[in-house]
Amino acid sequence: MTEPQGGGFIIFATFLVGLVLSQMPLPDMLAWARPEWVVLILIYWVMALPHRVGLGSAFLLGVLLDVVRGSVLGLSALSLTVIAFFVVILYKRLRMFPLWQQSLMVLVLVGINQLLFHWMQSITGTTGDSLLFLLPSLVSALVWPWLYLLLRAVRHTFYLQ
Amino acid sequence: MAADLHWPKMKEGRAWLSLLVTPLQWLVDIPTRVADGVSDVVVDRASLLRENEALKSEALVLERKVQQMAALTAENIRLRELLAAGDRLDPETRLVELIGVNPDPFQHEVILNQGSEDHVFDGQPVLDAGGVMGQVVSLAHYTSRVMLITDARSAIPVEVNRNGFRSVALGKGVMDELELEHVPDTVDIRAGDLLVTSGLGGRFPRGYPVGRVHEVIRDPGRPFTLVKAVPTARLDRSRHLLLVEYRSSADVEAVDD
Repeated sequence: MTEPQGGGFIIFATFLVGLVLSQMPLPDMLAWARPEWVVLILIYWVMALPHRVGLGSAFLLGVLLDVVRGSVLGLSALSLTVIAFFVVILYKRLRMFPLWQQSLMVLVLVGINQLLFHWMQSITGTTGDSLLFLLPSLVSALVWPWLYLLLRAVRHTFYLQ
Repeated sequence: MAADLHWPKMKEGRAWLSLLVTPLQWLVDIPTRVADGVSDVVVDRASLLRENEALKSEALVLERKVQQMAALTAENIRLRELLAAGDRLDPETRLVELIGVNPDPFQHEVILNQGSEDHVFDGQPVLDAGGVMGQVVSLAHYTSRVMLITDARSAIPVEVNRNGFRSVALGKGVMDELELEHVPDTVDIRAGDLLVTSGLGGRFPRGYPVGRVHEVIRDPGRPFTLVKAVPTARLDRSRHLLLVEYRSSADVEAVDD
């Protein structure tokens, strides 16, 4: 294993792209079905490079996401940290899984993220009365294989280790 | 999280953090802006002429209304002087542009292109051509967030324009729906009534349209009448909004302290 080297900027750039995508306006029909880009990208990097992207980066990313979203500071930070923790535990197994099985895991992880986020949000006052907020986890699972291949291509192009 | 909820100083910290992501919000807005620009450029002559025609006739109608307006305002001022009542201010407004929408479907918030550097303040009312949109709830240096009146957290004091009955219009978290709470069964209110801001609560100036009642459900099984209204502002379509330079007396005192 070589020393961690360069490319932090590339990882950061992919997170930025994720943040932008998470803010893109969508038509009303699709508003509920937005894939959780930031969570997906985080899962990929923690899985691929657990020694470089871990709980700390997840927390900082979460704070940024909170500021962008306008939610109470720390909501996304907490839920993203929890997700990163799960992936840190599971990454060896995740890497062995075929893509469809990874998608199932992503479904569960994003689902946990959504539940955490909305539970905490309802504690802090913003309530919703529909379970539709779980829909993004399904969409994210469907998006996962493509995102995985894309990010792996990025990683190989820039020799990120 | 607790700090953000309970510690006012955090607002400042948040504003500084928001400064970091402001370029991101601009970036997100670029595609829409480009699309707008393109559709401005490639519009055909016939539709421009049609639009021009429509705008001219609209201007004519509005001008006619304004003619009466001057006379009515003068009359109103004279009557108020007779009554020795205080002046009704006509607060200044300024045009701002919307640069983003909160993607969370549970929160009805939009982001404006002006912030505390442009002297936007917390709680400032926001209007569009149709009526009240909402109020500013958080500030960054160059952007600000506006909570729309349909957000589940929003409540706005209103009165029925026809007879002055006062109530509070609550957002339900659903686009195009407001609800009046605790309306007694005997109140004279019916579908089609215009709701305007009552100026109570001191946040919104008086007399701007908020919504139109579209359904009144009098159910003997319920203690109160259920009144549903549709906002008159085009909450999900307006791109250009008006910020009202209106500070309630309570806010001014708070600033002076």
